[in-house]
Amino acid sequence: MSMFPKKWVLPLIVLAFVIPLLRPLMPDVISNYRLFLVSTMIIASIAVLGLNLLTGFNGQISLGHSAFYAVGAYTSAILMDKLDMPYYATLPIAAAVCYVIGWLFGKPALKLEGHYLALATFALALSVPQILKYKWLEDLTGGVQGIVLSKPEVPFGLPLTDDQWLYYYCLIVMIILYWAANNMLNGRSGRAMMAIRDYAIAADTMGINTARYKTVTFGISAAYTGIAGALSASAIAFVAPDSFSFFLSIKFLIGLVVGGVGSLAGSVVGGIFYVLVDNSAQALSLFVKNDLGVQFDLSAYTVFGILLIALMYMMPTGIVGGVYAIVQGLRRNRRGATTGSATSPVRDVAANQQRP
Amino acid sequence: MKKTNRRTFVAGVSAATLLSGSRVAFAQKKYSDGASDTEIKIGHTNPYSGPASSYGVIGKTIQAYWKSVNEAGGINGRKINFITLDDGYSPPKTVECIRQLVEQDKVLCTFNTLGTPCNTAIHKYMNEKKVPMLYVATGASKWGDPKHFPWTMGFQPDYHTEGIIYAKHLLANVKDPKIAVLMQNDDFGKDYWNGFKEGLGKEAGRVTKHVTYETTDPTVDSQVIQLKDTGANVFFVIAIPKFAAQAMRKAGDIGWKPAIYLNNVSSSVASAMKPAGLDNVQGVITALYLMDPTDKQFDSHPDMKTWVDWMKKHNPDQSLQDASNVFAYAVSTLMHETLKKCGDDLTRENVMKQAANFQKYQLPLLLPGITVSTSPTDFYPIQAVQLSRFKGETWELFGEVMHAEST
Repeated sequence: MSMFPKKWVLPLIVLAFVIPLLRPLMPDVISNYRLFLVSTMIIASIAVLGLNLLTGFNGQISLGHSAFYAVGAYTSAILMDKLDMPYYATLPIAAAVCYVIGWLFGKPALKLEGHYLALATFALALSVPQILKYKWLEDLTGGVQGIVLSKPEVPFGLPLTDDQWLYYYCLIVMIILYWAANNMLNGRSGRAMMAIRDYAIAADTMGINTARYKTVTFGISAAYTGIAGALSASAIAFVAPDSFSFFLSIKFLIGLVVGGVGSLAGSVVGGIFYVLVDNSAQALSLFVKNDLGVQFDLSAYTVFGILLIALMYMMPTGIVGGVYAIVQGLRRNRRGATTGSATSPVRDVAANQQRP
Repeated sequence: MKKTNRRTFVAGVSAATLLSGSRVAFAQKKYSDGASDTEIKIGHTNPYSGPASSYGVIGKTIQAYWKSVNEAGGINGRKINFITLDDGYSPPKTVECIRQLVEQDKVLCTFNTLGTPCNTAIHKYMNEKKVPMLYVATGASKWGDPKHFPWTMGFQPDYHTEGIIYAKHLLANVKDPKIAVLMQNDDFGKDYWNGFKEGLGKEAGRVTKHVTYETTDPTVDSQVIQLKDTGANVFFVIAIPKFAAQAMRKAGDIGWKPAIYLNNVSSSVASAMKPAGLDNVQGVITALYLMDPTDKQFDSHPDMKTWVDWMKKHNPDQSLQDASNVFAYAVSTLMHETLKKCGDDLTRENVMKQAANFQKYQLPLLLPGITVSTSPTDFYPIQAVQLSRFKGETWELFGEVMHAEST
């Protein structure tokens, strides 16, 4: 967060708001489908941010975020389907439900470290889709068939298409959530979280209530990913247990690592990355089969794997970390030996974040 | 910074209002998205992978069909651009694929999208977007509802009626039946089950046990063992080929020999009967509406001869014993005929209109006595079946063709 130049944030936000309005000028470039894709990227980046808060900033590894995503999505879906709630009202409720579940999971997780916590969260991720399919809950969850929903309607009769409105809705939620995360991370709580990540015993000695911070962070992280899930229920207008398999957790983790652990901008990049690869996978597979004639079923995971390995060689701290390092390198070369490195040592430490 | 922002904003919004007015001029179209003077784009989803991948051959045969149509000059001078995507029998994946087909590839219509749960997931979306969803490859009774879903049309005889037919047959032919049911746990299974219960009527209590399975389960062995332990003498299998084959094989392996009623969707010799083991499936009863390619009585029938020749020439990699390939050819022929009838008016509305306009059409490869009929109030193209019994290595038809009233 401190890496990303603040002066760029506002213009980017402005661009993000204005570009879709230019849709009538270039309906093929700024098509409804593309806006829908960008909306899914926004949702993905919120989900990755949730994981980042827990893993990147607090050092607790989680392979179970697909479970929170699923709970958020189903909470929103059931509220919209059974209680006819408006889509925006389901967000705070989904966030609250996921916060409670995350907090409850964080409590026993205090006793677990490293790979034990990873296994526990893995179990959570595996069990949630099965629970959703369970016979007794079928009336509520729709079982294997899932629940079909409607897309959010454009409010106040604004001259926008459904997909444009969906994009703005997701964008507004994302900006609010990122602003909140930024505030929290820049303040006392954020420093405490990062202290726990870096030197847990020292943090404890300094008087930080590690237990409380860890469980609350778990809750907040779950809430963020849960909000992303709730947004996805509106965006895709369909929830089914099969969409929330364990592989979704892996995708979040990939997005996190590729984007940049411990970096807010990294979460955005990570979200964009994994949606892009997911969507191009089938096109790539057809390309490989038809145009290159190689009878090989290229799945999204193959591409993920290859890109991940390549990126880990070239940019070990994620794309954002890598870009930052390049920029720093250029700056240093330009200033030469006379003034020395203009960046403070603290910034350099922040740049070399430890991966969990 | 601020000045540019406001200027761009105002410019953008004014441009938007100006251009949104200009849309009105394009009212007189004979083409919808996906159709043009040179091509017609058709979308399709099929499980090429996953638990229902035995149906993947349907997609491949349909692809070969459109290729052969294009080689012969296309339909009314237009080539068919057939885009088929793999959804792995997973409803969320189907939603993703269909959204891409409709919004990015902009197809004129979709046809023969496969799977009850998959089609359920896109049912509302397709009708909201007003894109024809024709001849869906599922027999669930809900596809024939033109009043609420005017853009969706089924193809095969509906599962509910099929269930009733099996129930009535077993009540008339099995002495003191004790019935065990294995059902796929989704809309497809429930449709058959509801029809079956309705057919049993007062005798519904004869069902000793009703167990389900998920498509994500690796096997159904434990369910079959449970059913055998109830001492049932009738086994109703409501399953897609992979699980139907497993169930019938397991029943044979544990020495359970009930009267087996098998749903039509798993009646393919190549994908279900042979894998189950020919010894285990003698006497199995199912309801058919298409000619089975292994049935010798149709060997000299002109429809079957055309099909075999076509398969050898245009689709040589696929099996001549798989009824799915007959199904694919038949439904593609129906789609071909529908598009031909549209002539030069290739709007989505006209496609639906022509689809709802078949009077006793003799679709090749339908059993003698069965024809296709649709109308603005009847969205069930085929509503007749004939029972058949598995004997030796193939199906032997018996009895009369049974016609159902449009429900």
